[in-house]
Amino acid sequence: MSASKTDWPLWEVFVRSRQGLSHKHVGSLHAADSTMAISNARDVYTRRQEGTSIWVIKAEDITASTPSNKDVLFDPANDKVYRHPTFYDLPDELKNM
Amino acid sequence: MTQQMDLNQRFEEYIALDQKIEAKDWMPDAYRKTLIRQISQHAHSEIIGMQPEGNWITRAPSLKRKSILLAKVQDEAGHGLYLYSAAETLGISRDEMLDALHTGKAKYSSIFNYPTLTWADMGSIGWLVDGAAIMNQVPLCKCSYGPYARAMVRVCKEESFHQRQGFQIMLNLSQGTSEQKDMAQDALNRWWWPSLMMFGPSDASSKHSKQSMRWKIKRFSNDELRQRFVDMTVPQAELIGLTIPDSDLKWNEETGHYEFGPIDWSEFEQVVAGNGPCNRERIETRVAAHENGAWVRDAAAAYAEKVADRESRQTSAA
Ligand SMILES: [Fe+2]
Ligand SMILES: [Fe+2]
Repeated sequence: MSASKTDWPLWEVFVRSRQGLSHKHVGSLHAADSTMAISNARDVYTRRQEGTSIWVIKAEDITASTPSNKDVLFDPANDKVYRHPTFYDLPDELKNM
Repeated sequence: MTQQMDLNQRFEEYIALDQKIEAKDWMPDAYRKTLIRQISQHAHSEIIGMQPEGNWITRAPSLKRKSILLAKVQDEAGHGLYLYSAAETLGISRDEMLDALHTGKAKYSSIFNYPTLTWADMGSIGWLVDGAAIMNQVPLCKCSYGPYARAMVRVCKEESFHQRQGFQIMLNLSQGTSEQKDMAQDALNRWWWPSLMMFGPSDASSKHSKQSMRWKIKRFSNDELRQRFVDMTVPQAELIGLTIPDSDLKWNEETGHYEFGPIDWSEFEQVVAGNGPCNRERIETRVAAHENGAWVRDAAAAYAEKVADRESRQTSAA
């Protein structure tokens, strides 16, 4: 349509919903730079006091594990049930442990 | 080949177990295409949907009403943006989607091709159009594609005020002077049938429904959702003393549902085909907004480039 070929980069947006909680991914948006990304994120994702702090990061700067790596990465934890407290059978008389 | 089969099998398992499909997971091409079509159409509807209501922002009857309407229209812009982002995770660019909208290749909900003639239309849109949209959207919160489902959760949270503010406008008008009550009734008369059409063609003639239900993109059929909408809305109209413009409408004690008259699908087809009262105006307005904003986008990009350039020179100098 219009001649302008200025694809603004994609930013991923993370919002801390309240003090004491960690930032959580809420979605993404396009912006020319990080300042604009923050102000757009404010308008798009926090119109109802959903946040007290915003992080934005360029989507291309995120390194993600790939789904095909899932088994390699996460399966080894499968047979290590002793990492969970429920693995240990202890006498009922033992309280508060 | 076997790997392909494994992937497809895993996909089918995920669907069967109600597990979400995420952006980087393997998915069949047809699933991806269906989602791109549906999510981008949905995004376009939110964006075009700002126009009929935007028409009344400067003429709202009070400052309070004006603030409410502004907030609602701004929400719709937000909905469009959440949905465009969700569609982008499937590998289509924002520009491609906008081009498709601007050139008329992509569709959007046909309801937004009707004009908003009076203030009561703001009431009817909130009450009926947002009401029907909520009916469609709530099941989408459980759709099998993760990014779409998450976007819909946000959208649905915001929608409920839209419907309530619309109903309140209708309530106030119906308690007003006889002219105001007539205005409310007239708006209901004009918006009722197009609202029923928002659920799409009846199940018998709906092209994409079956496959979408199998993929758990869609959870209920068009006719099921339409029936729910009628059942919900008729008592609301009664409550404020307005009459649904359908002489066939009657309560069926046995089924526990309202029966309603036949929908004029030829009107629907005409509007979808581009011949509704406002199709051209909507697209022209949208294209003009995009083109008139080009210099802003260019300037912002040029500025960002300049700042990045300056920063990189500073680091290399240091
Ligand atoms: Fe919306
Ligand atoms: Fe809405």
